[in-house]
Amino acid sequence: MELVCPAGTPAALRTAVKAGAHTIYCGFADETNARNFPGLNFSRKELGEAIVFAHAHGSKVLVAINTFPRAGGEDIWHRAISDAGSLGADAVILADLGLLAYTAEHHPELRRHLSVQAAAANPDAINFYAEAFDVRRVVLPRVLTVAEIKAINAEIDVETEVFVFGGLCVMAEGRCSLSSYATGRSPNMNGVCSPASHVSYSEEEGDLVARLGGYTIHRTEKERSAPYPTLCKGCFTSREQTGHVFEDPTSLDATRLIPDLAKAGVTALKIEGRQRSRAYVEKVVRAFRGAVEAEAQGRPMPEGLLATLSEGQAVTTGAYAKVWR
Amino acid sequence: MQEAMDLTVAPNPFFWNLETTKDFYRALSKTPVSRVVVGELVCSKRLPFIQDAFPEAVETLVEAGKSVALTTLALITLKRERKQTADLFDAGMIVEISDLSALRHLPQGQPFWVGPLVNVYNEGTLRWLAAQGAERVCLPPELPIESVRRLAQVGAECGVAIEVWGHGRAPLAISARCYHARLHDRIKDNCQFVCGDDPDGRDVDTLDAQKFLVANGVQTLSHATTSMVRHCDLLREAGVSALRLSPQSQHFVEICEGYAAVLEGVRDAEDFARDLVQLVPDGQLADGFLTGICGADWSGAA
Repeated sequence: MELVCPAGTPAALRTAVKAGAHTIYCGFADETNARNFPGLNFSRKELGEAIVFAHAHGSKVLVAINTFPRAGGEDIWHRAISDAGSLGADAVILADLGLLAYTAEHHPELRRHLSVQAAAANPDAINFYAEAFDVRRVVLPRVLTVAEIKAINAEIDVETEVFVFGGLCVMAEGRCSLSSYATGRSPNMNGVCSPASHVSYSEEEGDLVARLGGYTIHRTEKERSAPYPTLCKGCFTSREQTGHVFEDPTSLDATRLIPDLAKAGVTALKIEGRQRSRAYVEKVVRAFRGAVEAEAQGRPMPEGLLATLSEGQAVTTGAYAKVWR
Repeated sequence: MQEAMDLTVAPNPFFWNLETTKDFYRALSKTPVSRVVVGELVCSKRLPFIQDAFPEAVETLVEAGKSVALTTLALITLKRERKQTADLFDAGMIVEISDLSALRHLPQGQPFWVGPLVNVYNEGTLRWLAAQGAERVCLPPELPIESVRRLAQVGAECGVAIEVWGHGRAPLAISARCYHARLHDRIKDNCQFVCGDDPDGRDVDTLDAQKFLVANGVQTLSHATTSMVRHCDLLREAGVSALRLSPQSQHFVEICEGYAAVLEGVRDAEDFARDLVQLVPDGQLADGFLTGICGADWSGAA
């Protein structure tokens, strides 16, 4: 299976390549990609150099241009497509219908992958994108079970890529405006979710309180580590119940499902985390390359290798198991 | 001179029982709204309980002179959901697409509407949908006025009527997971239809008791009710064709009449905005996606 790894900086990209990534995905340093964080992502010059480096080491580079272009500002996204193509990207990862149509028309030779932000969750959706825009690979939304992924692969001709490690959206991706409701900044429009610029911490009555846009997301005893206040992983009250109504502060680790995903016909395994450090990327990529090799040779999957790297030290296999729903 | 704006009623996002649903559409047929989108949007498990209400609702609404469309589900995953979606196009009615996969079933040349849960953020997407036969598009609730203005212009150029989310708890997210079931320590497959207990959704407050969100099965909505009551002139000048009003369990007829009166100019918008505080759940309003800093902001008096 192909291992698709994140890179938020040129240094992280080189690290991932050396650690065994078959493919790296990254984005330009602007609102055209869904990890538009300060200090992250690539200039045109950096991307050009990174692609040369990756290709020299036998790795591919995918460029995520996966936000939804702003009305009146489409030129910025169109330039990103054109530049990714001319710099030698192996594919672009897109979510927006209009941008897919533009790319298919103006850059037909540039391979198109469908971003998870398009939330194509059934064979009809995938076949629609394949037929309308010649999409060659779809990144599946994290709402499907392994059995459903297998059934989808039986009905489509394009490749599938699934997330196996890292942050976990519990909502259908690309269809969530929780963040902009609380902060005015959204994944779809700004490439950010629960942005650090809107986070505040305060000590109140012995508790550490984490707020996002003024809304309390976590309240923990001062001595305990407080998770980052990502909105959908927050602790809320609904009538008499208090808890993580949407999802616990957990992250995805589907290592042990890799053999099942292979049997389900999945082409590529994706690791989330373009915002992560080089050290993190190095460890995760190396571990997953080992897991992918083990799968190819029919050996058992390594267990718990990455537990300490996971957000809040709790992991889940998410929607891949039906009981998650 | 700008065209007049009128009113479209969104599909009911909540799970009401059969009789309540029938009564709702009977009453709605007598209100001054121009069109109504009927059908189950949020969860296919609800359909067997309420689908018998829809034929009568369609008939009553059409007799009353309303345009009627049938909605697809917002998140289509199961085989039977795909089949249901394909079958919708055989009913001889306009279909409103709420999940893009429905386009695969669209018969060549058949016009359709596009609901607010489809991502229409820019000119390219709008033009592409227009070329496929889109007649009306309700924009995603999170769009700011600058985007709405530009898209209304493009809509006018390519013959697509543009709607804006005018009233109702804002649909913020949809998931494979059912939060209502989760709040009852159940999984979706064994939900026992608990979302039916909360006709306007179940409150999800912060630990500091701030009213924030509501759970509605697999859907998450804002706790505050979006209202464009204070922006009708702005939206009309922008070229928006219709306000979309999303059902709530109480006072909905009065709400439809109020917006119609404001649009006709026979009722003062500020006066109706004050009344709305009494008519929406917990009296909380928001209009921040359009003109504010964040979606939860309200431009009027607190």
